[in-house]
Formats: sequence, C-alpha cells, structure tokens
Amino acid sequence: MTAPLSPTLTAQAAMIDARYILPFETAQDADHPRMGGKCASLARMIAMGVPVPRGFAVATDAYAAHLAAGGLNAAIRAQLSHLDTHNVTDEEARSQAIRQLVNDRAMPPEVEAAIRAAYALMAPADDLPVAVRSSATAEDMPDASFAGQQDTYLWVVGADEVVAKVRACWSSLFTARAMSYRADHDLGQIEVLMAVAVQEMVDARSAGVAMTLDPINGDRTKIVIDASWGLGESVVSGEITPDNFLVEKVLMQVQKRKISVKTHEIIADPAARCTVDREVEADRQSQPSLSDDEVIAVAQLARRLEKAIGGPQDLEWAIDRQGRLVALQCRPETVWSQKKAAPQSFAMGIEGVLGTLMAPIQNKN
Amino acid sequence: MTARTSFPSAYDLAAPAGAEAWRDLYPYYLMFADNRRAEEDGKFWFCDSQHWPNPFKPFDAVTVEYAVKCLGQYNTRHYLVPPANGVDFRIHNGYVYMSPVGVAPENIGPRVPQFMDRAGHYFMNWNSLLDQWLVKVKANIAEMEALRFDDLPEVVPVEWVKEGRGLDNTVPLSEAYDKAIQLLYRTWNYHFEFLNLGYAAYLDFFGFMKSQFPTISDQSIAKMVQGVDSDLFRPDDELKKLAKLAVSSGLAAHLSAGSVDQVLAAMAGSDAGRAWVAAWEGAKDPWFNFTSGNGFYSDDKYWIEHLDIPMGYIRDYAARVQKGDEIDRPTAQIAAERDRITAEYRDLLDAEAQGAFDGKLGLARTVFPYVENHNFYIEHWSMSVFWRKMRELSALFHRAGFWENADDMFYLNRNEVRDALFDLGMGWGVGAPATGPTYWPAEIKRRKAILAALQSAPPQPALNTPPAVITEPFTIMLWGITTDAVQKWLVGSSDSTKLEGMAASPGVVEGRARVIRSASDLGLIQEGEILVTPVTAPSWAPVFGKIKATVTDIGGMMSHAAIVCREYGLPAVTGTGTASSTIKTGQMLRVDGTTGEVTILSAA
Repeated sequence: MTAPLSPTLTAQAAMIDARYILPFETAQDADHPRMGGKCASLARMIAMGVPVPRGFAVATDAYAAHLAAGGLNAAIRAQLSHLDTHNVTDEEARSQAIRQLVNDRAMPPEVEAAIRAAYALMAPADDLPVAVRSSATAEDMPDASFAGQQDTYLWVVGADEVVAKVRACWSSLFTARAMSYRADHDLGQIEVLMAVAVQEMVDARSAGVAMTLDPINGDRTKIVIDASWGLGESVVSGEITPDNFLVEKVLMQVQKRKISVKTHEIIADPAARCTVDREVEADRQSQPSLSDDEVIAVAQLARRLEKAIGGPQDLEWAIDRQGRLVALQCRPETVWSQKKAAPQSFAMGIEGVLGTLMAPIQNKN
Repeated sequence: MTARTSFPSAYDLAAPAGAEAWRDLYPYYLMFADNRRAEEDGKFWFCDSQHWPNPFKPFDAVTVEYAVKCLGQYNTRHYLVPPANGVDFRIHNGYVYMSPVGVAPENIGPRVPQFMDRAGHYFMNWNSLLDQWLVKVKANIAEMEALRFDDLPEVVPVEWVKEGRGLDNTVPLSEAYDKAIQLLYRTWNYHFEFLNLGYAAYLDFFGFMKSQFPTISDQSIAKMVQGVDSDLFRPDDELKKLAKLAVSSGLAAHLSAGSVDQVLAAMAGSDAGRAWVAAWEGAKDPWFNFTSGNGFYSDDKYWIEHLDIPMGYIRDYAARVQKGDEIDRPTAQIAAERDRITAEYRDLLDAEAQGAFDGKLGLARTVFPYVENHNFYIEHWSMSVFWRKMRELSALFHRAGFWENADDMFYLNRNEVRDALFDLGMGWGVGAPATGPTYWPAEIKRRKAILAALQSAPPQPALNTPPAVITEPFTIMLWGITTDAVQKWLVGSSDSTKLEGMAASPGVVEGRARVIRSASDLGLIQEGEILVTPVTAPSWAPVFGKIKATVTDIGGMMSHAAIVCREYGLPAVTGTGTASSTIKTGQMLRVDGTTGEVTILSAA
C-alpha cells in the first residue's frame, strides 16, 4: 500500500534535458519555481517518501521557449493589446485566437525532443498512459480556488499525444476566464509562465479527495474524505455524489460514513486509449468505495502531509486495482486557513474554574 | 410514539400493588409531602438510578442521605460555589430523585470572593491537603475497624463492678453504634471534600477543549486527563499478581482444589505455596475491601467477606496466563497513547491557546487522580468496614432473637436500630424479655413484602417539566444529564432495534448479550459476551477480561464503566436509558463505542 509505483528515475537523469524537463524524483527545491505548484508539490511528496505516480514536469522554460520561437510572442501581444476583458464577446474571440496560435505553432525542436525523450524513459514501448495537467506558477495561482481552470488530459498514450497535450495545456493559459482573472488581479497576461505535469496514470479502483479539516466549519480535529469508484475526476468535478467519510484526526477513528449511490465512474478504456464515463453495475452503486481500513489509510496519508507541510491540506488520492494508495496532488487548504482567528483570552486556574461554574448561569440570561 | 413535554408528577405516581405502605420505610423529610405539592411539582427531578439503581432497604437510605447532604454542603457552606447550592433529594416508590438547588442571581456575585478564597486555597494546596485527607480517611477507617459489638453477658463483669466503673455493657454497645454512624457521617463528609472541586477543574478543561474543538469527542478529552495508575485498579492488579505468582511457582493446579479453604490448605503443603498464601494475606488488607456492588447497599458483597469471589477471578486469570494471554493492563501503551493525543491536540491549537491548554490540562491532571482514587477509599474500603460492622451488630440482635435472619437489621432505619438497641438493653437490664423478638419479625416480614413490590416497578427517569436547557453544572458533571439526554427520555425510541447512548469507549464489536442485573450474576458471564447492565462498578474489573464490550443504562463519560472500558480497551456505550430492559440475554448485538450506537442484530 505504501510502495511507490515508480522505479527511480535517478539513474536515467543523464538522458534528461534538464533545461526543459524536471523529473519529480530528482527535482530539487531550487527547481520548484520552474515546475509550477502542482509539480513542485508532487516532487516534495516524493522527497517525503509519499507514494506518488512517477512522472516529470515540462518546465516553464519550455513554455517560454515556445513563446519565443517564430514570433509567437509578438502575435499574442498583438491580440492582447486590444483585449477588453469587460467585453465578453471580444474576450472570448481573442481567447480562441490566442489559444489557436499557441496550439498550431510547432514546438521548438529541442523542447519537443526533450519531452519525447522523457516520456520514452517512462514508456519505452510508447504505450504508457499518462495524465497531462497544467501546473501553474505561483504568481498565477495565489490560492487554490483558481485550480482547475487549466486543462487536464487523462489517459494520454504515445509521445505524439503527450506533445500535443502539453501544447494544449499551455494554450489553456489563455482561456477567457484565466485572462479575466489575471486582469482583475493585475497580473501580466503574457508574463505568466506555466509548467506541465506528465504523470503515469493510476488505474484507479477508487479515488477522491481528503481535507485535513472539516470544510463545513473549519474543524481541525477532522479529516473529511470524499470517495467514489474509478478515477477521482468524477469526485472533483461534482458529477456524482461521492461517499463521504468523517475521520477523527487524532484518534484516527471513522466517525461517520455516508454511503451514496454512485451511478457512474470514469475508468480507463485501454483499447480505445481513453477514459470512459460508464454506469456502475447496480450492486456496486451503493457499496462503500472504501473499506474502513482504506479510509484510515487515506486519513493517515493526509495527516502525514499536513504535519510535514504544516497547516491544513487538500489531498487528491487514488487506490489502484491492486489496492495501492497514491497521492496525486496536495495543496494547502485556503478557505479556513486564511481566516484570522479572533484573539482569545483565557481565564486560568481558579478563575477558569469559576468561569466554568458560572457559564451555565450566563447562558440562561 | 408521540413526544411529551413533561414527566409525571410524583403525586400522580401510585405505589405498585403491595407497596402502598412504602412511606413507612423512609424518613419523613424525604417524602413528597401532600402539603408541599405546588412547590415540589414546580421543580424538575431526575432519578439517580446511577448510584441507587434498586429500591433500598430502610437502613440503606443512610447512604443517599449522607452522600447527597455532604455533596451539597461543600457547594453551599464550605466553598460557596457561586451559582450552585446542593442537590435536593426525595425518595418516591423506593427510588431517589434529585433536584439541584440554584443560587438566587443577586447572591451569586457576593459569593465569588468567598469562593476564590476558599476553593482557591484547595487548588493551591491540592496535593498537601490530599495527603492530609488520606491520613484522615485511614484514621477514620481504623476507628471503624476498632468498633466492637459484643453480646451482652449474663452479668456485668466483676472487674467492672470492683473498679467502680458504674456502667453496664449496654453503654459501650450503644456508644459503638452511635460511633459507627458518626464515623459513617465523617466518611461522607470526606468523600466530597475534593470531589466537587475536582470535577469543576476537570470541567474547565473539558469546556476549554470544546470551545477550541466543538466536535472533539468527550472520550478524547477524558483520555488526556485520565490517570494510568489509579488505586481503583489496584485490587484487580493484586489478583493478577497472585495469578501470575501461582503460575510461575507451579502452583496453578492448587487453585482448582475447591473452596478457598481447600485452596489455602493445598498451598500450605510447600514453601512456595506458603509464600503464595503470605502474598494472598498481604493483598487482602486493604485491597480486598472491594465490592462488586457500588458500596451504597448493605447487601453489596465485599471480597474480603466473600473470598470465593477474588479466588475465582485469580483462577480465571491463572488459566489465561497458562494459555499465554497477557493479562496485565497495557499501562505503557495507555500512557503513550495519552501522551500522543495530548501532543496532537495541542499541536492543532494556536500559541495562545496552547498556553491555556497546558495550564488547564495541568490542573485537571492534578485534581483528577482524586476523582478516581477516592472511590477505593470511600465506597470500597470505608464502606466495606462499615457494612461489616453493621452486619456484626445485626448478627448480635439475631442471636438475641430479634429477627429471623442474620442480616435483617437493614429492614430497620438507622434510628430504629437505636431504639432496638435500647429495647435489647432494657430487657437485659430489667430482667424481662425485650419486645423486639415479638415485634420485629412480623414487621420485617411486612417490609420485605413492600420492598419486593417496589422492586417490581422501575422508576421514572424524571419527574415534572424539565428546563428547556440543562445548565446546572453539577447535574451535567456528576450525573451526565444533559438536555439531549432528557429529550431522549421524553421521546423514547421509535426503532426498537437501535439504542443510543454515550460513546464512552471507542471501537465496534459484535457479540452475544449477557444482561446482568446484580453483581451476584457476574459468574454467568461467558467469554466473548457483551455485558449489558443498568450500571457497573469498577470492581467488576475482572470480568472485563472476558467480555467484548459493555452497554449500560446509566452513566456518562466519567462513569465507572467508561473509565474501566477505556483502560481495558473495550468498546462501551453508557447512558442508553433502557438497554438492560430492552436487550435480552443471548441476542446478537453490535456495539459501536465510537458513535454510541447499540444495534440488536438478532433474537436470542
């Protein structure tokens, strides 16, 4: 349950073009700014010994090289110079145009070669399914509420597809929403850089999210887990009502189990080289997607990350068909953690005891 | 089932058939009197079946009288607890009902300085005062032990005559009785010297934790405070030591020799065996002054008078040792777990709150050992000696022909015993027959019938209309009675296969129920069963090695069942209200000590 899925990439580091590729397993702290938040978090978890599917970051330098090549930068600037983020129609049209510019342009050959070589190390037969996800840089993503605005591609197979999806991720920087967000926050449109995560797919039996506090009330003694069958995307997107588990963090006890009817799951279709959203067999719909032992294992993983990183965390996890638990993403919880607690004062000793005896009377009035 | 908003009035609760004359058994000042109806019906009373689950014999009422009076005096007169006086109490149909007495709002403030001075002194000097307490209690016990109830001789000893004593033998006899009652009174004064303050300091930590972590379980808080080495566990630990000694000395076979005397005789045949007997004798005083009851009833059985009980437990333990079981409480693990969860919760607090956490936990841990330990010194040791002495007196009367059975004295109230003593002494002095032998047997027979009739009807959980919110600190602290609990009593349960109580000790197990109504049935418990009972006593500890879980009708997070179950790592659900009457022996149960839910899975 705890063994990492991946063999180490360390020995293969020599074959990696370090200008553009940063394998999760060998990335150093100094590399993190070039990896984007998501990849940096994966690298950090691996360094802690947390099981994480192997993979690599396509560094921000790759994106920068792409923009710099063949006048793409100037073409985008031309579009941006007339951008009116208050005009929805105009913004959408310019978004389409820029995304097409980014997508249609061939990558600089050394960038594409670096991505292909890194993928080939993981997939010598060019057949390993990976997830390709955008990994935004910190300036672009001051809080996690912005997460999910950029694209994610699941079950991508073959170097050609990987390269195409990396480019698609880059282009997702220019969705209308992303541009509006940056405009609203006075972030430059073209100055913002993006990394891309290429990571081995987990053939998930069950997956979901875990928060190391109760999002309903900010209760830090709880870990709340949402889980469903198949890949976690169905949970994250809110397409189904997941099972919900409430775990007491310190005692590590499952205190509540809300088992939902989970009608659909997203799973791999290896033949079609894609994921499919299919109906779950009737008898499995109402079964818990996690055993109590698995709930505790997920909670312990979340707790371990919270302790190591410091502060409440929001974890995406999956359990593969062999029952192995892996972390897919971990980011700081942002809603409750940013609330400043009102300053408290405490009566101590006999004053405290007196207050306790008196409190019921005060309540009555 | 439709929800009601009030419990019945005592004045509308008729005696069960055959018990109509129950008022003859108890003092006038504990009755719901007809001429006080308006006042009495205006108060909310809850039944204390936690401490007094069964109707008591007239003499045994002394336990509730002394205990609850002394509880009150510390709030009202010693420490002047600002918002709370004592707890008023009545007996109705053989059960005791309690109603806390508040302080008028205008008097609360003026009591604060007094409370700070008086209670503050105790908190500041807790350990030295507690050392002193132990000395007082032990001296009190020694005085009780020294009491003698000698049969009246044919004539006053000639030495008494010649030394000009000028007193007869009824004088020391009646003085010994009066002294026993006074020493009992002192016992219950001492009992509450630290208890209310101890609970209040615990509650302060409890409330602080709830304010920081509103959903933290009561049991987590209890685990942080609860001690690992309590004198309350010592008697059971002594049995385990004796069991292990018997096994390691190759003497285990002797434990099956038969009666206690036969076992001791078999042991006496070797040096190792004699060493074992010496260890057994050494453990008896004081640790066998331990009851499988709760100390409040004259028929509670104390080990020291029923040596077959501890010997039976030793035999069971020895068998488990021979099987290779670890019988010791996992104290190192418990301590490590306590340290772990303490550190983890502390870690979740901000720096300011961590300071408060350290201070309040420190105070709670200082005071809490008393909350656990006092039970051994008072309910077990002191009451063991008291009841034993009273049985000696009862037997004396019995020999004098006052009653049919050796223990019948407990059908008299404590003041009637005084009368009977005079009756006995008068007959002896006058040289004419005492009246008792022709009066008491018939009266006792009548009282036994009344008590049997009272036993047939369970008490009401409460009387009259409850307050919208229970806020009285001692009701919550000492009895675990909360607004929720009272609402549940009112509504009752719609699902007869599910019971809810307090999640007192974590874990989930399934097993067969064993319903135990009194300590004398403890021997029926089979390995792996789930104990279902109105209330447990800590001295049932040896059976906790056999059972899988405990379910009680009564009790909160700090009830004896909860404490012992946490010590033994068994799931417990306490305060279900009705488990022992709803559940039948042999039914399959699921007990979830984490959520407080008990499910009846199948018929017996």
